[in-house]
Amino acid sequence: MIGLSSYLVLAALMFSIGLFGVLTRRNAVGILLGIELMLNAVNINLVAFARFHGDLLGLVFTLFTLSITVAEVAVGLAIVIVIFRVRRTVEADRLDLLRW
Amino acid sequence: MTLEAVGFWVVAVVLLASSLAVVLTPNLFHAVLYLAAALVATGAIFLLLEQPFLFAVQLLLYAGGVVTIVVFAIMLTERLIGERVRQTSRHLVNGAIVAAAVFAGIAGFLLRSPLATPRPGPVDDATVAIGRALVGPFAVTLELLGVLLVTALLGALYFARSDE
Repeated sequence: MIGLSSYLVLAALMFSIGLFGVLTRRNAVGILLGIELMLNAVNINLVAFARFHGDLLGLVFTLFTLSITVAEVAVGLAIVIVIFRVRRTVEADRLDLLRW
Repeated sequence: MTLEAVGFWVVAVVLLASSLAVVLTPNLFHAVLYLAAALVATGAIFLLLEQPFLFAVQLLLYAGGVVTIVVFAIMLTERLIGERVRQTSRHLVNGAIVAAAVFAGIAGFLLRSPLATPRPGPVDDATVAIGRALVGPFAVTLELLGVLLVTALLGALYFARSDE
């Protein structure tokens, strides 16, 4: 029998992998992909808790986070494209326009 | 092992393998394809949790929408730069240490707290209940979400417009 903690551990592993990607990727698009992984891990948690507690709220919340994530990706990639146009680079390390 | 356990382990292996591939593969385009696999595997987890509606939403929004947008962005930026996007990683050891520490923290919390909640019996399709909740107690939130989506997409259009 697969219990609640199995799903939670799986989501935690996925979250950590996404965090690793965010920390290590140089490319801004790669960092966005890592953020996607982390957000998906959170959704697994929400759905698992909703299923195991018989609560509808988690499912509705998952729908909202899914939609907001899509909007976030659209805006994030638009910003990446603008940065490419202005700075001609993809590397997050070299985007130091606001650094003193 | 029950059928559910077999399904869980298969999906878990696929999910973790494709997630690792997303963060480790040097080719960014391949990373997006692995991300699509990871997103479909997440949808399969929803299916294991008996939420076919969320599985459909996951496929439509993520595997359909997000992956398409990211592929477009990669193609646009590669063309803008005129050379292949270099996709190397840095601080691999430090990143691994931080990620492992976060996982250890979460796992330690999970081990300490009693989460032996028994799984409730098979539920009816929650789609109807979700729909009723969305137009009932969450109607205002739903409308706000629509406003947010319109604003975000208009903002994205404004950012990415051509200068001519």
